[in-house]
Amino acid sequence: MELLPHITIDHYLYFSTVLFCLGVAGIMYRRNAIIMFMCVELMLNAVNVALVAFSKMYGQTDAQVFVFFIMVVAAAEVAVGLAILMMLYRNMHTTDTDVLDKLKF
Amino acid sequence: MLTEYAFWFLTFVAIFSAIGMILSKNPVYSVLSLIVTFFAIAGHYFLLNAQFLAAVHIIVYAGAIMVLFLYVIMMLNQNEADEEKRSNWSKLLAAASFGILLIVISAAIGHGHAKEVAITQQAAFGTTETLGISLYKEFLVPFEISSVLFLAAMVGAVYLSKKEQYN
Amino acid sequence: MEKLVTLIPLFPLAGFLCIIFFGKTLSKSLIGGIASGAILLSFIASILVFTTQIHGAQPTVVKAFDWIHAGGLDIDISFLVDPLSSIYLLFITGVGFLIHMYSTGYMHEDEGFNRFMAYLNLFVFFMLILVLGSSFVTMFIGWEGVGVCSFMLIGFWYKDMKNNDAAKKAFVINRIGDLGLILGMCLIFSNAGSLNFSELFIEGSSGLSMPRDIATTAAILLFIGAMGKSAQIPLHTWLPDAMAGPTPVSALIHAATMVTAGIYMVARCNGLFASSAAASEIVAWTGMLTALMGATIALTQNDIKKVLAYSTVSQLGLMFLALGLGAYSTAVFHVITHAFFKALLFLGSGSVIHGMGGEQDIRRMGGLKSHMRITHLTFLIGTIAISGIFPFAGFFSKDQIVAVAFEENKVFFILSLIVSACTAFYMFRLYFLTFHGKFRGTHEQEHHLHESPKSMTIPLVVLAVLSIVGGFIGLPHAIGHDMGMHWHWLDHYLADTLLMPTSLMHSGTEIALMLVATIVAVGAIYFAWNIYKKKGQLALEDKAITSSTHRLLAAKYFIDELYTAVIQKPLDALSHFFNSVFEHKIIDGLIQSIQWSVTSTGDLLRKAHTGKLYMYILITVFGLILLLTQL
Repeated sequence: MELLPHITIDHYLYFSTVLFCLGVAGIMYRRNAIIMFMCVELMLNAVNVALVAFSKMYGQTDAQVFVFFIMVVAAAEVAVGLAILMMLYRNMHTTDTDVLDKLKF
Repeated sequence: MLTEYAFWFLTFVAIFSAIGMILSKNPVYSVLSLIVTFFAIAGHYFLLNAQFLAAVHIIVYAGAIMVLFLYVIMMLNQNEADEEKRSNWSKLLAAASFGILLIVISAAIGHGHAKEVAITQQAAFGTTETLGISLYKEFLVPFEISSVLFLAAMVGAVYLSKKEQYN
Repeated sequence: MEKLVTLIPLFPLAGFLCIIFFGKTLSKSLIGGIASGAILLSFIASILVFTTQIHGAQPTVVKAFDWIHAGGLDIDISFLVDPLSSIYLLFITGVGFLIHMYSTGYMHEDEGFNRFMAYLNLFVFFMLILVLGSSFVTMFIGWEGVGVCSFMLIGFWYKDMKNNDAAKKAFVINRIGDLGLILGMCLIFSNAGSLNFSELFIEGSSGLSMPRDIATTAAILLFIGAMGKSAQIPLHTWLPDAMAGPTPVSALIHAATMVTAGIYMVARCNGLFASSAAASEIVAWTGMLTALMGATIALTQNDIKKVLAYSTVSQLGLMFLALGLGAYSTAVFHVITHAFFKALLFLGSGSVIHGMGGEQDIRRMGGLKSHMRITHLTFLIGTIAISGIFPFAGFFSKDQIVAVAFEENKVFFILSLIVSACTAFYMFRLYFLTFHGKFRGTHEQEHHLHESPKSMTIPLVVLAVLSIVGGFIGLPHAIGHDMGMHWHWLDHYLADTLLMPTSLMHSGTEIALMLVATIVAVGAIYFAWNIYKKKGQLALEDKAITSSTHRLLAAKYFIDELYTAVIQKPLDALSHFFNSVFEHKIIDGLIQSIQWSVTSTGDLLRKAHTGKLYMYILITVFGLILLLTQL
């Protein structure tokens, strides 16, 4: 089933998978909490791409509404998350997640 | 043909700038790379007939969220020296899990039966109008609740980032 | 009528709740008014109930509400109104009201005035539940309730450790008796299938159909309960110590009402006790020995309240003697007259203590006659009444007991005569030492001496009048019949409820017995007058005691010491052993090993909690991979 001439849904799903896996690998690879946060955004967007492709495939707007809500949640999450990071930095003077392990027993 | 080239072009831009975001030492470069990725994704949305989403995507992500990231990085004065090097072992671990996860999910996609679903193309599909109608009819309550979520997030962010007054 | 009966206990409860919740905002006189008024209302209701009973109303059960329904056990909270409970109601609320009124004067300066009045009201509530209860269980609620109130009131001045010890002692010893009562209740329920008095003892008397040995066991177990509550040997030691409480408490709880609950209970179960000769024998002997012991100990006591306390123990013993000899109504008669004159004596002693500024030792008193005229006069009336001089209240009731003893068993007769002689002697010893002779206290005390306020003297006068005329409810046949008055009125009144001795005594014998009893009492009084008034001899200081008999009596037969040696010391040793071996080695070891296994498991699992984010992500990724490959 082609979404575009010669481009099928599988193309989009593979693309989405690659982006998602890159986000996961980024979180594992980086220690800076800000960068890790950005990787989370990347993963969310990977899912968005898949959803929009599905929307196109089924010809229905429901999936696009989901994407819309994901954006809403992501924006709220970034606002709060970055505020928490500011607090962390103010108190601990670092955003390195390997240092921020005070909850560990 | 043109759309096909466009697809491949946007895909490669997105993936490589994502890799660049992960690997770049300077957080500011990371942010800029991610913005490029998002622009590429917005291009994909255009290709998929989701013009409204593409616009919102650029406004929200590139316009608001990434600027917020930039501000934070600037305020925290982040630079290359701040982050210590990962051990090779953990780099290997990250690469390995990336590869395995990619293979497994791709295999899952290959096993899927998505190709058999019938296509129902509509003329007015993906326009702002159709999205708006479903947003304000079917999804009205979640839509209103999302505004409450924003309010809560705003209050939370303000409360968290104001200067604490000890004693 | 039925609503009236439920109201009787509710008035004091309402008073209690009112004072305990709003006491802080009310003035002292208002609180005293509420407390006394609640009891007065109950008293009026009791009079109304009593009049219906006098006019021959049938015993009725008034149901308040269902309480427990389990299997064959049906327990309601319901009240039994019959001659026995109605007469108890009357004197509990009547004497209770006088003592409440007295307390408003006696406790006026005390900081715990609110608490005191609230507890007194609560006590009256439970006491009314006790006598009104139509089943063993309802009675038991009241039984335990008065125990708790007694505990709180003995330890009322809780800042002194001595009072707390006395309260604990009273509570613990009462527990021993309560255990007997509970076991007796269980035994009766398992054999008769009911705990309602009306089913057990009135309708068809199924309680009597128990096998003889079971009836005996049940009666003895119930009697153990009565022993605890009514301070009989060997559970009597708490009552003298209970004098640590304020004097109105001693008068109300430990003389007039609560301690006679045991007599009430035995009288209530008279069918059961009558069916078992062995149990009655035990009751009679216990009562006799207690009466003797209490009377002899009282001879040597120097604390004004201790003398009265041992006197109470002794009088309670006489009541149990009457119960054991089958003269149930005689025992109730003595309970009533005793309530009058013993409350009077206690309140009089309270007035003396009040006037002396807290002094209780009669060696520091003397010559109070001229300072406290009303107290002196009323105390004298009480003393005569308890000594058994015609025509005061104590004469008739005590004489009836002596007469019963004469008929049943001559040993009891002689012993009870000795008890009355001792009673007359120690009471007049107390009287002469307190009110006659020269004042032996300090100058400050002499300066402080004053008659008590009206709120205290009015109850004294009322009780004194009752102590004079109270005996007329049970005029003996020999006197009453010839004078054309109601004779043995109380016996006739209670005849439906209680079993009566069948034979009627010959008038000549009756009069002869009265003469003997009077001569013995007068002789003892003369003896006391001779020693303490004419010769002016004083009570000895503790160190000056030389005679061994005297020392034995002054030390109360060393019973407390005996209990310490036989029960407390071995228990202490056993507890110490269990503490060092069982507690520290076995239980602690078990708990520590559990704790050790939990912490070591936790230590092991803690290793997974590295605090490194990438490790968590790695685990998540592998979980996802596992999930996807399984699909």
